[in-house]
Amino acid sequence: MKKNDFYLIGGLIFLIAVMYFFINLSKTEGSKLIITVDGKEHKILPLDKDTTYTIEHEDGNFNTLEIKDGHVGMVDASCPDKICVKHHTIHNNNESITCLPNNVVLRVLSDEESDMDAISR
Amino acid sequence: MKSRKVASYGLFIALAFIFSYVEHLIPMPFALPGMKLGLANLVIIIAIYGIGLKEAFVLSMVRILLVGFTFRDPSTLLFSFAGGILSWVLMAVFKKSKLFSMVGVSIIGGIAHNVGQIIVAILYVKNTSLIYYLPLLMISGVVSGTLIGILGGLVIKRIKKYLI
Repeated sequence: MKKNDFYLIGGLIFLIAVMYFFINLSKTEGSKLIITVDGKEHKILPLDKDTTYTIEHEDGNFNTLEIKDGHVGMVDASCPDKICVKHHTIHNNNESITCLPNNVVLRVLSDEESDMDAISR
Repeated sequence: MKSRKVASYGLFIALAFIFSYVEHLIPMPFALPGMKLGLANLVIIIAIYGIGLKEAFVLSMVRILLVGFTFRDPSTLLFSFAGGILSWVLMAVFKKSKLFSMVGVSIIGGIAHNVGQIIVAILYVKNTSLIYYLPLLMISGVVSGTLIGILGGLVIKRIKKYLI
């Protein structure tokens, strides 16, 4: 290992810490769940009501999600890797669970949308 | 193409394929899209230093294609290619620059793989909040990149004389 390698590692860890700090700084609790399928808004659910909801896709695939105590989690899905099901539950503003094979995004937002969301719309 | 070269291509592709399979078997406790051990990257980095940059590129692409159709969903191929290509480009640039040793190049490759996948994923699902995964993916890239780089160095030292 060269000296430069250590500088690289140090620099990267610093960069990660800074990114992490800013992300945590902007964390606020969310109040609604936005479900996006194939890039289009599918449904909006409030976080304060416990419920389960199944997204059925035209090609027979499905994603089942559950809202419990304000936390959203994917409980079952037809995708092969099940990354979305293993994902921890979300409840903070801007957190999301993505199921790439089925092109589903679950995203928690608060009522006041930030500037970043307005731009990405 | 010399038969020796053909044989080593086959050997490397088989190795990369098996490593991808082994990786597929290991459950990741904190599953995040794109988070991986990067075992297959070990073969790619050995190929970069052992045979050559172009050869490593072919190897990486063939591996992604094979793995995409066997252990993973073919729909994830796009993300894997984005990660694989960005990773190779940056590793090639930094290897040529001689700024870092194999460990540094391997870390850059690991992070680039994750970042490339995330960028395409953000464009694909049109969800900028995926960027929140980036710090975690970068940590995993640094840790696995360091280990893979050290391991690759040890392997290269021992097999260099048998390579082309």
